[in-house]
Amino acid sequence: MEETILTVNHLKKEYEGKPILNDLDLEVKKGEVVVIIGPSGCGKSTLLRCMNGLEQIQSGSVKLREDTIEAGAGNLVRIRQKIGMVFQNYELFPHLSVLNNILLAPTKVQKRDKKDVKEEALKLLDRVGLRDKADSYPRQLSGGQKQRVAIVRALCMNPEILLFDEVTAALDPEMVREVLDVMLELAKQKRTMVIVTHEMQFAQAVADRVLFIDQGKILEEGTPEEIFKHPKKERTKQFLNIFQFKKVEERKIS
Amino acid sequence: MNWEYIQKYLPMYEKAALLTLKLGVIGILCAILIGLCCAVILYYRVPVFKRIVAVYIELSRNTPLLVQLFFIYYGLPKIGIATSAEVCGIAGLAFLGGSYMAESFRSGFEAIDKIQEESAASLGMNSHQIMRYVILPQAVSVSVPGFLANIIFLLKETSVFSAISLMDLMFTAKDLIGLYYKTTESLVLLVFFYLIILLPVSLLGMWVERRVRYAGFGA
Ligand SMILES: Nc1ncnc2c1ncn2[C@@H]1O[C@H](COP(=O)(O)OP(=O)(O)O)[C@@H](O)[C@H]1O
Ligand SMILES: [Mg+2]
Repeated sequence: MEETILTVNHLKKEYEGKPILNDLDLEVKKGEVVVIIGPSGCGKSTLLRCMNGLEQIQSGSVKLREDTIEAGAGNLVRIRQKIGMVFQNYELFPHLSVLNNILLAPTKVQKRDKKDVKEEALKLLDRVGLRDKADSYPRQLSGGQKQRVAIVRALCMNPEILLFDEVTAALDPEMVREVLDVMLELAKQKRTMVIVTHEMQFAQAVADRVLFIDQGKILEEGTPEEIFKHPKKERTKQFLNIFQFKKVEERKIS
Repeated sequence: MNWEYIQKYLPMYEKAALLTLKLGVIGILCAILIGLCCAVILYYRVPVFKRIVAVYIELSRNTPLLVQLFFIYYGLPKIGIATSAEVCGIAGLAFLGGSYMAESFRSGFEAIDKIQEESAASLGMNSHQIMRYVILPQAVSVSVPGFLANIIFLLKETSVFSAISLMDLMFTAKDLIGLYYKTTESLVLLVFFYLIILLPVSLLGMWVERRVRYAGFGA
């Protein structure tokens, strides 16, 4: 198996004394796709946000190769350049065109040559079917298009690992697919990714490993087969059942 | 209406208008700078400074410009700082305008979602880069309508400059009325010149407002 590039060690995160993540450990190997599932409010977003230092942690560490984030310490600016993050609501910069959204960090932060980055950006936009939107502004795009731009923006930093936090949760159903397809494509390219999602079928298709988190702890982990077909823990079964039930409900309505 | 009179004193008004404009522009530029600094301090909640800014804003907004001018004009020499009337005018306008500009920039900053900052941070930007490339441009464009309204307000406020014997438009009109009793002509000229200065800014303001309301970024 490949080398480990990201290690979360005894991570502890509290909000105002209330523990959210409790002594959480996680390793991600190069080229691996880890999918995180779990009930809402269990700490999935918090975990991702701790991984790139958007949240202060109380103890433990996050290590990405030679860089480390600890409680109140760590070169966040450097580590964040190697961790790409895609948010639920895209969070594109509304005052910049699609292309300038993508170019901003590579040119200003990494000080790369604008011409080179632009070439790369246009190539990536082409890959996600948005070459002709390069000069549009975010407000002129659909949700699915915005999310694909956000993914390209993260990719253009050439990150070692990509974090996705429910990136299709805010999208209309017909746009979910176009975003998931892009992520499947990235998985095929052996990109290292940590994906939080409620799209269970997608999770099964894309994941190398699935983590079920409940109450700030990893309760169960395994291959998609193990988690979705033969879950061991009662909590995991319960959680997955919710989705089965939902599906039946949806069918009845339509 | 005596056209001869108008023709004769037009150059005086022109000179006065230029003075009004000059003091107004410099004063407003200073006000913008002060306002931006205050808004940034409030945005980052810089300890101590944020309190100073809060006091300044209250003080500046709740006293008339005339009073501020008197303080600067008569007060500064008392503590040994000699200045010209022009500098006093600029300083007064900057003191008053700074708080108004600070308020409109602050509302601009408040309109920007916190997660924009996180989105920028997650791309590896440092706080300086986040402010400069992501927060500031958005905050400033949100505050443009208020900002233009402030400019109009401040340009109008320059009319009290005459009180510290600056020969601005108001001073000139009062002077000529006192000397020749040509009240109508003097006032017509006064209004005319204020309109020349203010109308373009007003029209610009209306145009920007429409753009901001119906279009937003990138239209
Ligand atoms: N800024 C915050 N302040 C206080 N509590 C928070 C904050 N953000 C999240 N929480 C709490 O932390 C818990 C985990 O939240 P989150 O990580 O967003 O869950 P998930 O993404 O799994 O739905 C929730 O109980 C939530 O109420
Ligand atoms: Mg969440």
